[in-house]
Amino acid sequence: MAEAAVAHDEHHYTATGLTNWKVGFWTFIGSECLFFGTLLSTYMVYKGAALEGPYPLDVFDIPLTTVSTFVLLMSSLAMVLALDGVQRANKKLTLFWLGTVIVMGAIFLGFQYYEFTHFVHEGLTLQQNVFGSTFFVLTGFHGAHVTVGVIWMITLFILALRDKLPPAKALNVEIAGLYWHFVDIVWIIIFVLVYLIP
Amino acid sequence: MSTQTNSHVDQGLDAHGDGHGAHASVGFYWTIGLILAALTGLEVAAYYMELGSFEVPLLLILSAAKFVLVVGFFMHLKFDSRIFTGVFVAGLALAVFMVSALVVIYHWVPGAA
Repeated sequence: MAEAAVAHDEHHYTATGLTNWKVGFWTFIGSECLFFGTLLSTYMVYKGAALEGPYPLDVFDIPLTTVSTFVLLMSSLAMVLALDGVQRANKKLTLFWLGTVIVMGAIFLGFQYYEFTHFVHEGLTLQQNVFGSTFFVLTGFHGAHVTVGVIWMITLFILALRDKLPPAKALNVEIAGLYWHFVDIVWIIIFVLVYLIP
Repeated sequence: MSTQTNSHVDQGLDAHGDGHGAHASVGFYWTIGLILAALTGLEVAAYYMELGSFEVPLLLILSAAKFVLVVGFFMHLKFDSRIFTGVFVAGLALAVFMVSALVVIYHWVPGAA
């Protein structure tokens, strides 16, 4: 109980009894819903409106994207296990799962780099047609979010390595996890609306 | 500050001060991960099976299920304060309304776009 009290003192609380950090971060995530909502709206509005190719069916590689989707989804599992490791003060588990999140995030970004490069070789660029413009902006911004997440995870990994991530700091990892899971749920929607629904 | 701390302890809040008393087990998280993987497999299977008019609703239901599982259990909304759910759902609802309204206007209302 004393440890809990000490942990409480490290964070600021709102009148609701909830930490400012977490309230603020959930508000940020709510606003991010609108950000990606606008990008997704633009893609959906112009879906099928490209006057010249390449068209989605010409360039999409569903098996490849399925693998990258699976990797990102499993990185969310790794993230929640990393948080569990921090809460249990288990440094090995924390490092292992944070490392796994970093590697999986990097693999996802590698897939996206390959996909973008392949599309450009196929003639689909940002300026080629309305499909290219909306697709690259939407998935590019998502990729940028994943990149920020990977950098964030690397900083947590370094902190854990230096024994600066005790259970009292679990909220830091939880908030990083919220960001990572949000990036994951955005991709869940993109995967279906952009890739799977013709 | 000490009063505030005691208040939190009295209310049974955990060490993170985020209002959730329950934590899922590691095994539970693995189960959710496996369900998410299975749902992704079903999505891709539905894509290749070409189910006609059932395909789009089925894909939307499967992705919604994955969304709810990640938000509810991995992001702990199921165990957390309802305030977080409210803040998140407010933004999400606006986004869903915006996307839906624009899609309807541009794709289904003749002459509206």
